[in-house]
Amino acid sequence: MPECSTLNEIMEKYGGDREALVEILRDVSQAAGYVTAEDMATIAQRLGLPQSQVHSVASFYSLISLEPLGKHVIRFCQDAPCHVAGGQEIWETLERELGIPFGATTPDGTWTLLTTSCIGACSVGPVMMVDDEVYGNLTPGRVREIIAQVGGGV
Amino acid sequence: MIRATILVSGDPQSLSRGAEEVKLAIEAELSFYGLANEIEVGFGGGVTRVDVLPTVSIYPEGVIYGPVKPADGAFIVEEHLYKGRVVEHLLLPTDALVSGQLASLPAGKEGKQYAEKRVLLRRVGVVDPYSIEDYVAHDGYFALGQALTTMTPTEVMNVVRESGLQGRGGAGFPTGLKWSFVASRAEETKYIVCNADESEPGTFKDRMILEGDPHAVLEGMALAGYAVGAHEGWIYIRGEYVLSKERLEQAIRQAEELGVLGDDIMGSGFSFHIHVHAGAGAYICGEETALLESMEGKRGTPRIRPPYPTVNGYRGLPTVVNNVETLANVPPIVLNGAAWYRTLGTKRSPGTKLYSVMGDVNITGLIEVPMGITLREVVDIYAGGMKAGKTFKCAQTGGASGSIIPAALLDIPMDFASMAEQGASLGSGALLICGDDTDIVDLAYTLVRFFKTESCGKCVPCRVGTAQMLEALDRLRQGYARAADLARLEQIAGYAREASFCGLGQAAPVPILSGLRFFREEFEARLRA
Repeated sequence: MPECSTLNEIMEKYGGDREALVEILRDVSQAAGYVTAEDMATIAQRLGLPQSQVHSVASFYSLISLEPLGKHVIRFCQDAPCHVAGGQEIWETLERELGIPFGATTPDGTWTLLTTSCIGACSVGPVMMVDDEVYGNLTPGRVREIIAQVGGGV
Repeated sequence: MIRATILVSGDPQSLSRGAEEVKLAIEAELSFYGLANEIEVGFGGGVTRVDVLPTVSIYPEGVIYGPVKPADGAFIVEEHLYKGRVVEHLLLPTDALVSGQLASLPAGKEGKQYAEKRVLLRRVGVVDPYSIEDYVAHDGYFALGQALTTMTPTEVMNVVRESGLQGRGGAGFPTGLKWSFVASRAEETKYIVCNADESEPGTFKDRMILEGDPHAVLEGMALAGYAVGAHEGWIYIRGEYVLSKERLEQAIRQAEELGVLGDDIMGSGFSFHIHVHAGAGAYICGEETALLESMEGKRGTPRIRPPYPTVNGYRGLPTVVNNVETLANVPPIVLNGAAWYRTLGTKRSPGTKLYSVMGDVNITGLIEVPMGITLREVVDIYAGGMKAGKTFKCAQTGGASGSIIPAALLDIPMDFASMAEQGASLGSGALLICGDDTDIVDLAYTLVRFFKTESCGKCVPCRVGTAQMLEALDRLRQGYARAADLARLEQIAGYAREASFCGLGQAAPVPILSGLRFFREEFEARLRA
């Protein structure tokens, strides 16, 4: 849940500019983990837009979440270059290690497992992003290490 | 620490002409000189006509020798790797290369050594991307200074026009022509938009420029602004490129402080401001009209074209939308002239091209080579050949504007026109090299899955078509499909190709259509009896 001040600060930063709607929503989502219905109502009111339009924009972009995400978010690349480089095995390892299917969050709220489109690190595929960090040349063993390291370290 | 790599051509012809013995001789000589720990030796592909095989390629220099006998191999180690001298008389004859378009190292070794021709990447990895002083010390902002002090806007536009520069986003539209459309508009306010929403699967060329040489993009945009009469520019960068965004923002601050961006640049009276607008995760926003919608704070769905952005762009005003790589070409063109630019590449497609190379090859990564070199040369020289035990089956060029390129097209010059004549496309510059064990049906499934995920949902042929194609491919992949299902798949693919609103939907069926065109028997082999 974002504190009201965070949303205020973000709105302030873009100065009530309607063109900044996508950026406002993304910043809120990033700061708070997701965008709530109340956030959208506030944004709509401040920008003078219908709530339906704000919701329509918010639901379009993959970096804007309308649901709470886990403490750490894994975005695994499922595109052809990573797939050809052995991505399927990594996909299966992630699901097995975390015990959840893609699109889900672990019951303890630590991990959310998502797919992403190409993140431009194809020469070191298969690749995944954990929060803001990119990890390449993945093997099942390396995935287990990263999960232990990131999940245990924070 | 490995300082050099030696690749001996390891194709069947080379092996029959003694490649194995050459490799052994090289390895023995490396041990003799105590170099075995710092130089690795392996087998690569065969690049050229049979009479100059086997070849020996040495990286990172990119020097190729051929034909090489075992005694020559030992001599090359002593001279080239121990004493550091190129063995001139053993160099591969230039005419042995298929396209004759390979770049050469400058100064003294012209025409002998093959290396990348770096125009766009010449500063990447050389300068500190956080330092404008470094950029200026490497010819940075010279082109802009020259243009503002000695050239009229029309002259700048004409240089770009005469250079023959084509858009590097995938479509290959002449850049100078696009600029002239905007320049000729009467509206007072016009915009330059840099499309940095690079998201084609397998493409990371723009990221390397943005991260390694951000000022080159800013300078290209300012030159575009001067040429067409725009005073404001936006860089639309995809939300996932966090580092690129940070470096661009820093570069803009520095450029404004130095007075090479902002008001009254270098006292010329010309003003140009650049802003960064980050996306929020939507592949479709790489389509220029969807990008403009997104910049205006809306869902990133494409607009109907025409009117094109050159007439009705950002905020309804005339707008140049250029790809990152296209804009990075502009400063060297303005600085060195159109005639210089036309010495690179082919007549129909001048200049160099960035390719991101990946897949079943020995060396993956980004290369910059002249337009018109062949795929065979990319694979065998720059990518160090196919991985051991694999032979080339096909290449998939990147994303929405790409296609499958089979072995039969290995010797076609890679430029926009030549590829189009073969019914193929350069795409965005991604080259996913697939070995003989690649499952074409599975590859098509993965590619179509991408388009289904990224469909914006605006039009039915794409939204429903991608879902139906993916389902049919999945049935085929798992062995449930019958002949009628395959015919139906082909039909739906045709509809999506013909009836989709924008390039994404039109490209979605291409993996199926080009897969069927070149590898139909593999699809048919998966059918249920």
